[in-house]
Amino acid sequence: MISVEDLTKRYGEKTAVDGLTFTVQPGIVTGFLGPNGAGKSTTMRMIAGLDRPTSGRALVDRRPYVEDPAPLRRVGLLLEAKAVHTSRTARNHLRALAATHGIGRRRVEEVIELTGLQDVADKRAGGFSLGMGQRLGIASALLGDPANLMLDEPVNGLDPEGVLWMRRLLRGLAAEGRTILLSSHLMSEMAMTADHLIVIGRGRLIADLSVEELTAQASRGHVRVRTPDTGPLAGLLAGPGVNVEAPGNGLLEVTGLESDAIGELARRHDLPLYELTPVRASLEEAFMELTRDAVEYRAVDIEEVVA
Amino acid sequence: MTAIGVTPRRVVRSEWIKLATLRSTTLTFAVAVAAMIGLSVLVAWATIDNWTSMSPAARRSVAVEEVVLSGRHLAQLAIGVVGVMAITGEYATGMIRATLAAVPERMPVLWAKLGIYAAATLALMLVASFTGFFAGNAVLAEHWDFHLSDPGVLRSVFGAAISLTAVCLLGTALGFILRNTAGAISTLFGILMVLPLLREFSPVIGRYLPTSAIDSLLTARIEGEMLRPLPAFLLLCAYVGAAIGGAAFMLLRKDA
Repeated sequence: MISVEDLTKRYGEKTAVDGLTFTVQPGIVTGFLGPNGAGKSTTMRMIAGLDRPTSGRALVDRRPYVEDPAPLRRVGLLLEAKAVHTSRTARNHLRALAATHGIGRRRVEEVIELTGLQDVADKRAGGFSLGMGQRLGIASALLGDPANLMLDEPVNGLDPEGVLWMRRLLRGLAAEGRTILLSSHLMSEMAMTADHLIVIGRGRLIADLSVEELTAQASRGHVRVRTPDTGPLAGLLAGPGVNVEAPGNGLLEVTGLESDAIGELARRHDLPLYELTPVRASLEEAFMELTRDAVEYRAVDIEEVVA
Repeated sequence: MTAIGVTPRRVVRSEWIKLATLRSTTLTFAVAVAAMIGLSVLVAWATIDNWTSMSPAARRSVAVEEVVLSGRHLAQLAIGVVGVMAITGEYATGMIRATLAAVPERMPVLWAKLGIYAAATLALMLVASFTGFFAGNAVLAEHWDFHLSDPGVLRSVFGAAISLTAVCLLGTALGFILRNTAGAISTLFGILMVLPLLREFSPVIGRYLPTSAIDSLLTARIEGEMLRPLPAFLLLCAYVGAAIGGAAFMLLRKDA
């Protein structure tokens, strides 16, 4: 279990992480989501004791990571930036890390096999592709058979097969009762892997909810209705909890009523319908909606520029 | 086999694996050893070549330790680079994050790294300076009769190994402080090669520079204003100690 309490990190004027409080539960995969620059990596580095918080604290299994007698057994860490000496072979890198904890040769060979690095284990890590480097990072993270895993953008650079492998691996590890915190800026990837989401933007907590809750939010879409009789239909649809907008062109956008109910109503009153389309927001859109105000580097719409 | 966890001994073992598995490190150590032995023989040859053209006074002024420790300047460059790269290599590649995540207490990493590199340098440079002495002295034996037991000679040969170890430690400490290969190497060589120019302007400051201490350790016949060997050794230790203090401060205070 990983918990952060009022965690804050300032670099001079700039506040990278701003009073974050959340808990990551064991047994499930928790997605750590936010646009680039939201403070995800800084938060993870503070949990792992690499950066010192300006204030607040982070605990792993109720103890600061720095005080743990066997840190590699407590947290497996994969950071977005590579953490491997480029001139050393993968096997020797793992041996050197394992040695700090008295982890044996057998475990080193196990993680090499588990991550599919057998063929390149004696090659220098500097020559690795992004995907291979990522696998070596995972191998290092798993070395201590840790109860908690903290992975920063783990699917970056993996091929589709690698992404699938990673998803299965993480699900399996979570099923064993481990705590898994997984950062990404891509909602689509998270929807496939995570059970729970912690969303941050500009260093602040935006949402702490299950994927199901977000899906439910997203599916509160609207129904697009095209009819020559917009006026009469709008009048019939109006009611408590129902909102009807008429953007023109014979269109109505109805929220609060399902498409079947609208179709049924139109049939009963003999109103012709040319179109009746439920419009669902995707998870991606729901996520964008959540983080819209917190995006650090926002692309301006072409139209805004032209106008 | 005790339970899995960090112990100082295990951190030392890890640092040893790191040292032994970098080809650049082993290669640079080899350069230092080759310089100590090779230059000793070469300069000894050049010295006996000059025998016929030397005045009796010049022949008497030849100091054996100067000849057989000729390689120490080149060795100093190599050892200094090894010492710096021991840690800046980790900062440059990001390895330091893996290292400190495994040993978040951090100080064991500093001690282990300094200890392993100092031990390796001392062992290799003892072998190299004694081999250099015997090889070079064998060449000089054609015209001169020097012995390890001559006043100050044994101390000078030991002094070479000790001062090279100090250079390695200074390099590693500077690497921890500056976290940057180019910066730490220029600072180290500035101290070893540029700072001695101060002697021209201020003999007092010049007397207490790290290089002055090294010179005292490596000279058999101590003359005039030169520091005696024991104070020189203690001064060198103080410089190394101060640098290590700075390294510990930066390692503990700054984000990785």
